[in-house]
Amino acid sequence: MNEPILGGLCQSELDRDEPIFRKGNTNCGGCGMSITLQMLRRAVGDRPVQMVIPACCGAVAGGTFPQATFGVPTIMTTFASAAAAASGMAAVARLNNEKTRIVVLAGDGGTFDIGFACVSAAAERNEDILFICYDNEIYGNTGGQRSSATPQGAVTSNTLEGKLEQKKDILAVMAAHRIPYAASISLAHVEDTHRKLTYALEATGFRFLHVLSPCPTGWKSEPALGLELVRLAVRSGLWPVYEIFDGKRHLVNIEPDFSDEALNMYLSLQRRFQKSGLSAADLRPAIDRYWQNLRALTGRIVPARREG
Amino acid sequence: MSLELLSANHGAAMAATLAARANRKGRGFVSGVYPITPSTECMEFLCNQKIEKSHVVRVESEHSAMGVCIGGAAAGARTFTATSSNGLAYMVENCITAATMRFPVVIAVANRTLGPPWNIWADHGDALILRDAGIIQFFCADNQEVFDSVLCGFRLAEDKRVMMPVMVCMEGFILSHRTAQTDVPEQDKVDAFLPPTDVPHRLAQIPHTLGQIEVPHQTEMHRMQHHAAMLDVPAIYREIQDEFEKIFGRRPPDMLVPYKADDAETLIVSMGTIPITAERVVDDLRAQGKKVGSLRVRLFRPLPVEAIGRVFAGKKRIAVIDRNIGLGMGGVLWQDTRALADPGTVVQDYLAGMGGGDIRPEHIVKMVEDIEARTASGAPKLMEMV
Repeated sequence: MNEPILGGLCQSELDRDEPIFRKGNTNCGGCGMSITLQMLRRAVGDRPVQMVIPACCGAVAGGTFPQATFGVPTIMTTFASAAAAASGMAAVARLNNEKTRIVVLAGDGGTFDIGFACVSAAAERNEDILFICYDNEIYGNTGGQRSSATPQGAVTSNTLEGKLEQKKDILAVMAAHRIPYAASISLAHVEDTHRKLTYALEATGFRFLHVLSPCPTGWKSEPALGLELVRLAVRSGLWPVYEIFDGKRHLVNIEPDFSDEALNMYLSLQRRFQKSGLSAADLRPAIDRYWQNLRALTGRIVPARREG
Repeated sequence: MSLELLSANHGAAMAATLAARANRKGRGFVSGVYPITPSTECMEFLCNQKIEKSHVVRVESEHSAMGVCIGGAAAGARTFTATSSNGLAYMVENCITAATMRFPVVIAVANRTLGPPWNIWADHGDALILRDAGIIQFFCADNQEVFDSVLCGFRLAEDKRVMMPVMVCMEGFILSHRTAQTDVPEQDKVDAFLPPTDVPHRLAQIPHTLGQIEVPHQTEMHRMQHHAAMLDVPAIYREIQDEFEKIFGRRPPDMLVPYKADDAETLIVSMGTIPITAERVVDDLRAQGKKVGSLRVRLFRPLPVEAIGRVFAGKKRIAVIDRNIGLGMGGVLWQDTRALADPGTVVQDYLAGMGGGDIRPEHIVKMVEDIEARTASGAPKLMEMV
């Protein structure tokens, strides 16, 4: 509630009285999911919302029966079926002319991996769901194993030498479903985050938001530095912040300065990259390629990387 | 009432359709469906019905089919799905969730052998995976019974004292694809039989969380509540039978169907369509002066233990026919019922028709001959269907 970094956005009376994520929850300090939920609370306003959460840190964060951490009606589903359960709930809301917005809050495991077929199918059917993936790039709940969202070079509890494969480009995959709205979110950019959450809550059809969610426990980083890490990832171009409408129109929301200094800082502040000894020079070619492609998609003809 | 020529698959879907329409004044009907032989025709039929206030989601897997039903029930709708064999196996995780979250989902299962090696024919092994999951299980003997059990299933599942999934089993092809005259009631009668669905714990405005973490004693408490609710099912089912009879003018079969069992010395116990053959064998053997009877177990979960014990009382020999095998132990029906016989009774398990082999009268006659030659119970015996 008292995140000065959020520019005071989450300190209104409404937030204090009826938070979506109540105090006394068990999340680790500095968890990106906690911040996501506080941001979501502000965007939700007076809209009726119901949440669907698969087995993930979010399911633990919900607290033990009969106390509830979440300030909105919530159902915990099995790991792979959040989008399916949300489809059922959205159908009933529509059949009864209710304005209830169905929001899925899933981690990268429930989105990129085990829940992938289910998410893809719900997107293909264009179900009226807001799907938020808080991506901490790891199976955090089980103690930090690799997922297909784990970036190359990151040490996890089952890739002790650092993961060999690249992170799956989930946003491109979701865009390929031609869903009405898909966007990546930087929690360090409050106005952009708030605008996207509000837009996604208002829109209909399948909306997908991809949040880079700092995980101090898994990233082996300082809890207080979570949002700073996100800022560095955005500045360096590692975490492109953009949105895609109908799978066609691409729009970059935050221009990075492609700073190698920021990238090196991002890597060195997380012990998960220590073993593989990654540096900006190792990651830069892939980042450049990604941005070249993204520039082409946005229709910009300027070089991907601004010189000087 | 109108008599229609329907396969049991279509009958189940027709019953679900009528039940769905009956909830048009409630919160509607939601179903997630996915095709699998031999239950495909059930979901196809359902997908092609026009139903007010209903939505059938054509999902990408059985796991999600039940996922949609869970979401639908959580939002207070009437829910139904159909599957078979590996589809049910794939759905198991969410079937358990639907049960432990106490959602009244009705599931029509066309029983089929689990694979690979692939085998599309009848075997009870698929449904029996879920015998301990807190799901009510009916095994049906004919098309009308499948239809009636789906209607009763909704009433039973949605009863506030019950609130749990109901599974209606029909043997693949033997029933699912058999076309027979089915008595289909008018909508207003179904409306009278099935009041609008009310899931008391559905998500509404109050911010409560379903399915959150529990500590051991809470889980214990919830399991025992669920168990107690299951034990009440036989009595509640009898009430539902009465209500059904009052509205539709015919009575759905009892949870146990004894046939000439009272004075029998040898009793044949079986489920699904097998007892129909067994009853014919009973008639044939009675004509030869042998005191043989049959017991059809229609309600397998909760198992009507005391009622079965009363039928078993005083029998000399009990032959249990299992169209399944609990590998490493023996037939599942035999496992569950053998302790209900009097001490000293010869209880013999006959594994028959696994993987879809026909169980013909001559096979059952052989079983009776076999058990009459025994003086003590033995290990489960395979009756080869050659």
